[in-house]
Order: sequence, then C-alpha cells, then structure tokens
Amino acid sequence: MINAPSTDELKDIHHKMVVTRELEEVLGAYAKEGKTRGPIHRCDGQEAVGVAACAALRADDYVCTTHRGHHVYVGKGLTTRGIVAEIFGRETGYCKGRGGHMLLGDVKTGMLGGNAIVGAGIPAATGMALSMQILKQDRVSMVVFGDGAAQTGICHEAMNMAGLWKLPVIFVLENNQYGLTVRQEVQSPVEDLSVRAAGYAMPGEIVDGNDVEAVYRAVAAAAERARRGDGPTLIEAKTYRVKGFSTSDMGGYQSEEEMAPWLERDPIKLSAEKLSALVGADTVAAIEAAARAEVAQAFETALSDPFPTFEIHAPSAAYSETK
Amino acid sequence: MTVMRYAEALNAALREEMQRDPSVFLFGEDIGRYGGVFKVSKGLRDEFGDARVRDTPISEQALTAMAVTAAMSGTRPVLEIMYADFLPLSLDALVNQASVFTYLWEGQVDIPFVLRTQGGGGVGTGAQHAKSLDAMVCHIPGIKVVAPATPADAKGLLKSAIRDRQPVVFLEHKLLYNTRGEVPDGDDVLVPIGKAKTVVEGKHVSIFASSKMVIEAENAAKLLAKDGVEAEVIDLRTLRPLDLDAIRRSIAKTNHAVVVNEGWTFCGYASELSATIMEHCFDDLDAPVARVAMPDMAIPYSEPLEMAVLPNAVKIAAAAKKALA
Ligand SMILES: Cc1ncc(C[n+]2csc(CCOP(=O)(O)OP(=O)(O)O)c2C)c(N)n1
Ligand SMILES: [Mg+2]
Repeated sequence: MINAPSTDELKDIHHKMVVTRELEEVLGAYAKEGKTRGPIHRCDGQEAVGVAACAALRADDYVCTTHRGHHVYVGKGLTTRGIVAEIFGRETGYCKGRGGHMLLGDVKTGMLGGNAIVGAGIPAATGMALSMQILKQDRVSMVVFGDGAAQTGICHEAMNMAGLWKLPVIFVLENNQYGLTVRQEVQSPVEDLSVRAAGYAMPGEIVDGNDVEAVYRAVAAAAERARRGDGPTLIEAKTYRVKGFSTSDMGGYQSEEEMAPWLERDPIKLSAEKLSALVGADTVAAIEAAARAEVAQAFETALSDPFPTFEIHAPSAAYSETK
Repeated sequence: MTVMRYAEALNAALREEMQRDPSVFLFGEDIGRYGGVFKVSKGLRDEFGDARVRDTPISEQALTAMAVTAAMSGTRPVLEIMYADFLPLSLDALVNQASVFTYLWEGQVDIPFVLRTQGGGGVGTGAQHAKSLDAMVCHIPGIKVVAPATPADAKGLLKSAIRDRQPVVFLEHKLLYNTRGEVPDGDDVLVPIGKAKTVVEGKHVSIFASSKMVIEAENAAKLLAKDGVEAEVIDLRTLRPLDLDAIRRSIAKTNHAVVVNEGWTFCGYASELSATIMEHCFDDLDAPVARVAMPDMAIPYSEPLEMAVLPNAVKIAAAAKKALA
C-alpha cells in the first residue's frame, strides 16, 4: 500500500511507543513520590501520534512539539537517557538541565523542540519551512500541536502564510479532546478542526490517532506533497488524553464512561495485535521487554549523572563589557 | 564618503548584505513591490526577487515567531515591523522564544535575525503610531537592541546586526529617515554593536541619548553653550548591551549626568540609564542624575499637545541646568 510503513518500521514504532509509555509510567511513579520538579504532561494513549508521525519523516526534517511532547522526543530519535537526564535537571540532559521536560531541544535529531507557550510550535515550524523554501532544500518541518493550540491567533496567522506561500510544513493536530480542563466543544464551534484547512487552501484530513498506520500514511503523504512544492497539509489525529492534564491535575472532569472506549483502543495494544500477526507474539514481547529495559537503564544512569553548575549567561548580558 | 539619507543608508546595508550572503532575506508588510512604507527596501525586490524580499499578510505575531525559527534553521531573516507601536504583538516571540532559546539551546543553534522597526513622535501620527517602546525590548535578555542616530551608524550597525549570531531589534525613527549625513564607502565598513560615540565633547555635564534624541541633545548643548555650559553628548547607538565604559569615562570627567529617552518615563529606558549610573558612577556624581523622557500618558494628536509631551532640546537643557545648579 502506498506510503505504508514497512514491517521494520512498524517494529521500531512499536518499540518507541513502549519506551514512551514506560517513560511516562516511571515518571508518574517518581512524581507521586515528589521526586520530580514542576508539572509533567504525560502523553499516555497518544503515543501513536508523535511516534508514527516522526517515523514518516527523514532524520534531517525538523519537528516542533508542545508541553506534551515525550512521544515526539522519542519518535524523532532522542535517547531515553538524554531525555530522562534533562527531566531530572542533569548536566547530561539535552539542554544541560536548562530546559526541562517541556523545552527540550536537540538540533542533531531535528527536534526543535518542546514549547510551553500554547500554539507557539505552529509558527515555529512554519518559520523553519520558510527557511527551507528560501534555501531551496527538500526538507520538511512538522508541528504536533493540541486542539487547544488550534484556537490561538498565531495558528491562524501561520497556517495562512503556510498555505499562501506553499511552505513545506505538516500540521499534525493532536486532538485529545481537552485543552487543560475544558472540552474541545467548549472551545471550538466546529467538531472537526480539520475543516479549517479549506480556509488556507490546504488539504485537511482526519485520521485515527490511535492507529499507527493511519498516522504514518497521512504524514508520509503530506511529506511527499511538501517536498514536491505543493505546500502544507493539516492532519487531525483524533485521540484521547488518558492521564489527565499533568501530574498536578486534580481531576474531576473526565468521566470513566468517556474514557473507557479509548482505553479499549489503546494504541500500543492495537499496534501489538497488528504486529503480532506480522512477526509473531514472541518477537513483539521481545521488543517490549527491550524497550522497558532501555527505560530502566536510562533512569539508572541519568539519576546518577551530575547536576550542572550555574554560570551567568554572557550573551544575555546587559552591558557590553563585563568588568 | 558619500552623502546619503538615513533611509538610503539602511537600503544600502540591506542590499550589500543580501549580495554578500544568499541566506539573508527580508519580509514584512508592504516591503516588496512598494519598497516599504518608509521606502527602506526600495528596489530590493526587483534585484533579489519576491522569495527573498517578501510582502506578507498583516500577521506580526506569527511573523516574529517565524523569524526566530527561520534564523535557527539556516537563514538570516530581516523582519520589518512597520511601527514600533506594534511591538507588543511581537513580544511573545521575543520574550518566550528568542530570549529563552538563546540560553536553553545555546551551542546548538544560533538565532541570527533582525527585527527592524521605527518609532517616535512629532508628525501627528497619534497615540498608536508614535511611541518609543525601547524599554520594552531592552528588558529582554539575550536580545540586542540598536538605535542609530546618523546615516553612517544606520548603515554600519544594520550590517553588524545582520551578521550577528543573536537576535537584534533595530530601532529606527520616522523623523530620521530623511536626515542626511556622510557615510563611509565600502561594503565592509561595520559599526560594532555595543559601542557608544561621543558626538560633542564637554566638561560640565554628560547627556546620554540615542536615535533622534541625539539631535535634540546636540541642540541642547548649543543652548547650554550660550550660558557657558560645556555639555558632552554621548550617542549610545546600542541600547543593549550598553557601553558602560563610555558612560563611566564621561561622568568621571563631568560629574553630572542627564539621561534622555523618547519613551515613557516610569520604568523607562532613561530610568535604566539612571539606575546604571547610580550603581556604577555614584562616587563621580556631584548631583542626582536628571531624567528627560515622555510623560506617562498616551501621545496626543494635536500639534501643540504632541509637542508638549515629546522630550526636546529645551527640556534637556533645562534638566542639565538643574543638575548643575
Ligand atoms: C499561551 C498560553 N496560554 C495558556 C497556557 C496554559 N496551558 C498550558 S497547556 C494548556 C492546554 C493546551 O491544550 P492543548 O493545546 O489541547 O494541548 P494538550 O494539553 O491537550 O496536549 C493551557 C491552557 C499556556 N501554557 N500558554
Ligand atoms: Mg488537547
């Protein structure tokens, strides 16, 4: 099938989804013990969106993500150890502990980066695409952003310019149905946010965000379009946020009835079923065991890594001399 | 040397830097076909094409954010924001993006973009098109802010700004575009960012100013000279990072300081200068630092009202005399 992931890619995607889930679960346990700093926004149940979308890109393509971007970090090929070290503020973290879990960036893997200003990733990816167009590169940029972010003014401004100039950017709208505590229908007059693509003269498509193949194929097709010079695509991946807004969410607004069908359709479960049919259950079990071991090892190493030492940041100085 | 208008000097800087480096591109409202509402980019679209000299929709927030990430990914964008009064729309990109990632991702990315804009009052453009918001952008770490007063500095500093690895906010003044001055010939004549310039030598009082206020300060020095006061005028040229050495040297000589800025007084750029001088030059001061800035109110439209609020030579001279009294 056109743009479908290969079996090897499906194995890699499954591995990365399990890494992401395990990362979230271990982080959740540390958070419960009060051993993490600041809120952590877990993406349990949404792994297929970030991981499969990144899998459909090239290593030299850029991605931008949000405060809830662990699946994108892992998907774009960052090491678990570097991610964990950053989250625990260590010198060995991707930003030497300066960024934390929401603001992680790694130019080598093209992950630039997390962003905790809602909506900011959308013009960020669009600006990268503008650079790519001006430099006549065949790279693309992609942003994974939320249904809440889709309501910002900069989303409109950036998509308008992307459509107008046919920029090589892919907009992956991760509709997990909540912006913090507020349901999507309380934030938007339209249920399917993908319809907005029409206003920017770009294709808009809805995919099952819990289905690895659906996400991969949509992004692969969008990347082809973008590389051809045919401009941006809006992909709305419907999914659901199963672990609340963040580790500091006190809950009380997401019902169990609402969540149950989504838990049934857990993306890792769906991926395991499909992959087992292709490579056998033993191989799948081995992939999952390796992923968990990788995460355990990452925590062990990162947590014994040193903390950075503070230095004044000279390029930010107010005075042109330092005496 | 060639005599040029300030706008022409900026135009020459843009042309030379675009010829020198194909990764430099310009974007902004009305800058392409029309050449910019102040004609700074006149003729550049014809020379470089509309991919590199790009008319944009009216989308300041996203444009500024895009300048930041375009700069991170291999180009050197020069964004024109038509009026400094619109800078509040650019603030998230400056405060939460450019400033933050300069530090967080240091060593991984450079963020070499220039945001050009123009501010200032005096021609009846009203409260939303006449402000000087220098303090607002100077408050932000990781961003350089430049405000040239002469055509030569406009050209040399814009070239330096385009070649800089960090974000630079480049503040022009609508009343300077038509001023003329000698500009050194040659494509590689740069004016360094972070260096002030003494434009009038004097020994009684130091007046620190930038942009159009340098002209007002020079005129104030002439007024003061009639009364036998020898004022020194320092053109700061760069607002951040500030040339503290130049400030110290001048105050060590004059022992009196007047700080001038066309923006609001309270929490303004002049306030920052005043605090800096108190902190670093207190032992050399014979009198409190005198501040000359805009009253804290919206700029009125009617000519006598607008003229009443803008800092000028007479107000600067009066402040200098008070400091010396
Ligand atoms: C500009 C801005 N406004 C508000 C917030 C606070 N905030 C953080 S995440 C969030 C909800 C975002 O919803 P969505 O984009 O759907 O992302 P999700 O959390 O569902 O992944 C809000 C309101 C913020 N960080 N930035
Ligand atoms: Mg959401």
